[in-house]
Amino acid sequence: MKAIITVVGQDQVGIVATVATKLAALKINIVDISQTLMAHNFTMMLSGEWDAEQLSFAAAKTALDQLGQQTGLTIHIQRQELFDAIQKL
Amino acid sequence: MEAKAILETIQMVAEENLDIRTITMGISLFDCIDSDGGKARQKIYDKITTSAQDLVTVADQIQTEYGVPIINKRIAVTPIALIAAASGDQDYVAYAQTMERAAEALGVDLIGGFSALVQKGYQSGDRKLIASIPQALAETKRVCSSVNIGSTRAGINLDAVGEMGRIIKQIAANDPVNCMSLVVFANAVDDNPFMAGAFHGVGEADRVINVGISGPGVVKRALEQVRGQSIDIVSEQIKKTAFKVTRMGQLVGSIAAERLDVPFGIVDLSLAPTPNEGDSVAEILEEIGLESVGAPGTTAALALLNDAVKKGGVMACEHVGGLSGAFIPVSEDAEMIRAVEAGRLGVEKLEAMTAVCSVGLDMIAVPGDTTAASISGMIADEAAIGMINNKTTAVRVIPATGKQVGDSVAFGGLFGRAPVMAVNPSQPQAFIQRGGHIPAPIHSFKN
Repeated sequence: MKAIITVVGQDQVGIVATVATKLAALKINIVDISQTLMAHNFTMMLSGEWDAEQLSFAAAKTALDQLGQQTGLTIHIQRQELFDAIQKL
Repeated sequence: MEAKAILETIQMVAEENLDIRTITMGISLFDCIDSDGGKARQKIYDKITTSAQDLVTVADQIQTEYGVPIINKRIAVTPIALIAAASGDQDYVAYAQTMERAAEALGVDLIGGFSALVQKGYQSGDRKLIASIPQALAETKRVCSSVNIGSTRAGINLDAVGEMGRIIKQIAANDPVNCMSLVVFANAVDDNPFMAGAFHGVGEADRVINVGISGPGVVKRALEQVRGQSIDIVSEQIKKTAFKVTRMGQLVGSIAAERLDVPFGIVDLSLAPTPNEGDSVAEILEEIGLESVGAPGTTAALALLNDAVKKGGVMACEHVGGLSGAFIPVSEDAEMIRAVEAGRLGVEKLEAMTAVCSVGLDMIAVPGDTTAASISGMIADEAAIGMINNKTTAVRVIPATGKQVGDSVAFGGLFGRAPVMAVNPSQPQAFIQRGGHIPAPIHSFKN
């Protein structure tokens, strides 16, 4: 399963590490990653891929929602087909 | 994928109110017909609740996985006047109650199809159904009703026009808010996913999934980027945006159809506003360059918008259908409400606008003392526009019992608030009373 994960929040030390560690624990492979600072807001976009038989979308979303609550970051996860449908001919 | 494209997609949903307005499952009830009304209603209940048992669950799953809000889950059934006609029942309120119970059991928002098709004449079930509409709407919350009184091929049933004016007054006498659940159509379409006018047409498959998209906010934001540029650029910008919005509808509809194991019907390419700020069709027209919706030029700007949305959307999905056009429901569009209250937009201009867009005089409150004949006259005018121009038109007016111009009627939620609008006080009484049938128009000599 492929999904786009976006992380937005106050810039702080170790955001990339925290998120990447969690994704590794969930066995979500990071296919692509980019991050930037927009008006002191840390904004990161990840394209992640994992085996849908090992981890359901709902479980991945719950895990990332929990991480978001623990760290004060806004973490969204959406399946990649949506982006492909809208942005690619 | 580029970060910019990802951000744009997220922004469309998060900030510009892009959503799937409705996933509507059409269900044929022809196999529920029975000479015993009680048995027919049991079959109807069973068929609806088994066919759509996973509709809400699947819609919620898609919303979670793809991050796209799906605002409404709805059911449309075969016009009940056709299904109930075989029974000996004298009134059809019990059918509406069955629809209500099924909708409640499924957790869907609305169920449409308490409908009759009388453009050419009445069959035995039609009169009973129409007479049952006021009580059916009073006793249910989710049931939507529609009556098709004219078409390009059949002309206009003036008897039905007169009757619907009286029915609307009767509903309003009890509770004006119930009028929002009744649409009077000309050229009604079989695969419309939008309420209150959705029903499952007689030529449709046993079950089908149709999707209605939204997204005025996205179009408005896109047009902000081309301020001052030529109208050609405006048209191009709308087309590109409509393409993206429609792709989302196509994706969501095809996933829903697959998971529900029901054929995917159509995407309805409509711009459907909500009363939320930044989700207004009127604001798009103003962004194109009108000081206010209602100004001279409004009809032209709307024609361009409507056409460009279709051009952009058609290529984005497999099958287009339904109403497919920009909606202009007054109560559901915050900027329309402001324009009406400021005296910049009246019923006559709205009528002109309906000649170039979807769907008709929609969600308009009129003074409580508006006569049934006046309402019938409004219905006849809209039907004539639809009949001559080969398009769907409709009337969904709300006589605000006990209220005058300057007051308003609140519907709550997405249905918003309708300011009471003035209606020309001169009467079409004798015209409507003639009854009979306006013949179908000639299709040559188009002027």
